Amino acid sequence: MLGLLIEFSKSAVLAVQEYVQLQVATIRGVFSRPFYFHDVVEQFDAIGIGSLTVVLLTGFFTGAVLALQSGITLDQFGARPFVGRLISASMIKELGPVLTGLMLAGRIGSGIAAELGSMVVTDQINALRALGTDPVRKLVVPRVLAGFFMTPVLTVISDTVGILGGWIVAVYQLGVASSLYWTSITEALYLQDAWMGIIKPFILGYVIVTIGCYVGLGTKGGTQGVGRSTTNAVVAASVAVIAVDYFVTRVLITLLY
Amino acid sequence: MPTFAIRDAETLERRSSPDRPAVVFKHVSLAFDGKAILRDISFTLLPGHTKIILGASGSGKSTILKLILGLLKPDGGEIWIHGSRVDRMPEAEMMKVRNHLGMVFQEGALFDSLTVGENVGYKLYEETDMPLDDVRRRVEEVLGFVRLSEHIEKMPSELSGGQRRRVAIARAMAFKPPTLLYDEATTGLDPITATTIDEEIVKLRDIENVSSIVVTHQLRDAFFVATHEAIRLGDQIEISPADAKKCDEAEFIMLKDGVLIFEGNAAELRASTDPYVQTFLS
Repeated sequence: MLGLLIEFSKSAVLAVQEYVQLQVATIRGVFSRPFYFHDVVEQFDAIGIGSLTVVLLTGFFTGAVLALQSGITLDQFGARPFVGRLISASMIKELGPVLTGLMLAGRIGSGIAAELGSMVVTDQINALRALGTDPVRKLVVPRVLAGFFMTPVLTVISDTVGILGGWIVAVYQLGVASSLYWTSITEALYLQDAWMGIIKPFILGYVIVTIGCYVGLGTKGGTQGVGRSTTNAVVAASVAVIAVDYFVTRVLITLLY
Repeated sequence: MPTFAIRDAETLERRSSPDRPAVVFKHVSLAFDGKAILRDISFTLLPGHTKIILGASGSGKSTILKLILGLLKPDGGEIWIHGSRVDRMPEAEMMKVRNHLGMVFQEGALFDSLTVGENVGYKLYEETDMPLDDVRRRVEEVLGFVRLSEHIEKMPSELSGGQRRRVAIARAMAFKPPTLLYDEATTGLDPITATTIDEEIVKLRDIENVSSIVVTHQLRDAFFVATHEAIRLGDQIEISPADAKKCDEAEFIMLKDGVLIFEGNAAELRASTDPYVQTFLS
């Protein structure tokens, strides 16, 4: 039993060490040559534009259902006209970043782990190294940059369509006046909320992509291993999104409010 | 012939000095989780020569190639590639040494998101300052060498197993490395396709003067490479049985459980009285 615990601890420490090493190599790769610019552009397209549909749908329906649910609750206090205030605060501060993060964990976290994992098991990563290319610079750096910069963009889009979804439900189902909805949204928004909603996605995007890359590059055991890596990447990235969101929120509340 | 500069490295001409051995192993050992994979392996590959590494599966043949490329580091001993000691070399410096080496992986390891042409020209496109027109010309030239010119725009998934190996050879030779490593390049191929791969290995060695390390357990292919030579006759390249002097330039190494049990030419291998060698050859 003790032996198993020691083995588990060793492998956990080793995993953390390897993950940190990957971060260091990635950050070094961002600020030094060679820099594979066209791969960066390609990843901005794949991660940013490619995730647009899922983010639009998630944001829209989250805003819509939030309006429905909060409408019922606010009715108990005769506060239905303030539904916009609740939607904007929830979407921008919390639901937008977290749900976009979770969607991206499912979509790009799994995609990256599967792609890099299959490259590992088919010797393509070794082939890259044999051809004098650093796989971190070629494969990890472009994905991390794309995840880091595109997640906030996608989150803002998700927030916007969420508020739009809430507006449709508020106006056409709850009977709230359109002008009242938009007024309550702007009234309830503070600059600190916007900062919180925009800072968090940078960190979440970075975490999702680095986990996908780390798990993918560590793939062992053929096609079965690729499947295992894909599942592990989604699970780890999803849990990380929730956990990192909590800690970042705590820090930002201390710093901003 | 187009010229190009590999990033952060001196020119190929200066690096591949003809009087320096291409590869030297001195008492190299490697173990994983306490299990010895290679024990006290020593050999020298001279420029333009061939080493054919034979052995059963799991005997450590492919591990030798990974050590040469720096994909693995040995526990003991010294490895020298074209005059540079690489067994303790950091990864960043190893990238420069890999400009000396081309590797043909077991299943080809082609990049499946790139076309055949992009695969072959990968290093020239990504790691050199060669103009794109010159890269294209070099890609067409090497694809012509392996007789796959018409497949330049295809994806690797559209090729047969033998064609994929030939593309892998073209990719490995495109940047003109002085040494090529072949990891089971003919395994899993039918005899006719395997012979075409063997001919490419012989052509590269004799026409392009490339030093080769061929890892295989296919005896037929090993002896073909060791006992044939390529001769240019005008525009044609003819493959014919080699003379005794040429045969001596191809040496066999036999591994058994990570230990080198035989080193010598084809005739010496056939004449060996070692029971394991005899069993392997029978």
